[in-house]
Amino acid sequence: METLLAKDEDVELLLNDLWEIYGYDFTGYSRASVKRRIGRLIVLDKFTSFAELRYRVRTDAGYVRRFVEEITVNVTEMFRDPSFYKALREEIIPVLATRPFIRIWHAGCATGEEVYSMAILLQEANLLHKSLVYATDINPGVLEKARKGIFPLHHMKQYSENYILSGGKKDFSGYYTAKYDWAKFDDGLKSKMIISTHNLVSDWSFNEFQLILCRNVLIYFDRALQDRVFALFDESLEKLGFLALGARESLKFSVVRNKFAQLENKEKIWRKIT
Amino acid sequence: MTQPPRLVMIGGSAGSLDVIFRLIEALPAALPAALVVVLHRKSTGDNLLVELLATKTSLRVKEAEEKEPILPGHLYIAPADYHLLIEKDLSFSLDDSEKVNYSRPSIDVSFESASDACGASLIAVLLSGANADGVEGLRQVKERGGLTIVQEPGSAEVDYMPRQAIKNVAIDIVADAGALGGIINELLRQPGER
Repeated sequence: METLLAKDEDVELLLNDLWEIYGYDFTGYSRASVKRRIGRLIVLDKFTSFAELRYRVRTDAGYVRRFVEEITVNVTEMFRDPSFYKALREEIIPVLATRPFIRIWHAGCATGEEVYSMAILLQEANLLHKSLVYATDINPGVLEKARKGIFPLHHMKQYSENYILSGGKKDFSGYYTAKYDWAKFDDGLKSKMIISTHNLVSDWSFNEFQLILCRNVLIYFDRALQDRVFALFDESLEKLGFLALGARESLKFSVVRNKFAQLENKEKIWRKIT
Repeated sequence: MTQPPRLVMIGGSAGSLDVIFRLIEALPAALPAALVVVLHRKSTGDNLLVELLATKTSLRVKEAEEKEPILPGHLYIAPADYHLLIEKDLSFSLDDSEKVNYSRPSIDVSFESASDACGASLIAVLLSGANADGVEGLRQVKERGGLTIVQEPGSAEVDYMPRQAIKNVAIDIVADAGALGGIINELLRQPGER
């Protein structure tokens, strides 16, 4: 049972430690979720008290890496929300195809399942050779998994269904090699990926893109931090570039809302208009 | 300053939709509270559920959106495939972390976070269902002085969930499906303990 909730004051102390000692700023994260994740970690790592967790965080830089990875949510899947990928395939990719060179950024990509999905879309459209797909996350640990492109085999049935629903016509199992309990995706798919850490809270724009995907990351941020990130995306998008968010995320309350127009499908995709 | 609304959290799984229909029919539009419904369901047909519920009540029915402030007279539904959390300032947060009790949204997760945000003013209701999601949440609501209500298992289509709740938590009120709406309405007329 995941029941151990930390106290509000404790959460603030811990977030302050992370900022002062390690430079990680979580103060703009939604508290209810962070608090729940901290409670979960206390149970998971068998700390007998909050004080013990705090001491470990303050004194063990190696543990902080795990802490940050567990406090943030890294749940993802291939072709997540198939109708969204269908819209990418049918409406966005054809627009990108007209460009001599395609630059895409997956911000907060976690273990990279959606990045591999994108690479498959590009390859099927015969565009991968002229694309670069940047995949970034705050956690180095999850990026190592993204680099390997090895995912649990038992997810492949679901991913294959998602792939077909997204309009995929090939045999999905042709994209990976199964070995024991794992599926290793073709190295060709990652030939155009650039995988690197990037912290949306504190890092700045590093390139200009035609498509930025940031799905189910902003739900963990408060409105002020969301606005910072939207400004960062605005700055990092070409004019007429696309911004894609998670199924329950929206630009409608953001500072940049007037600079973007939502596409007329039901998906969470906006186009930069000014 | 307007008084913040009291929160009534309602959790249910298999066989609970009809109970919710009956429950909300008994509530007036000018409710000094907000209802938050956390249902186990498939991830499709979101609008359908909103539309269905809206035909049964004069409350304003909508899906909970992230960072949305919670208002009285509203019935919010937890969106499919996300956990629904309540912030201290009475707004919603969404969370797509791991399933809890094989469920997302999980009733435990929502009850737990609502009880953390609202303490003794919270009312939490657990209905028909086939797993024990919600039981731990009720325990926490109780621990923080909130009011716990469970559907009488004999009146439940699937009685496992309410039975588990009664077995594990000293539930304040156990009532037939048909009586729940009236009881909640009556409770909300009394001053809250905020």
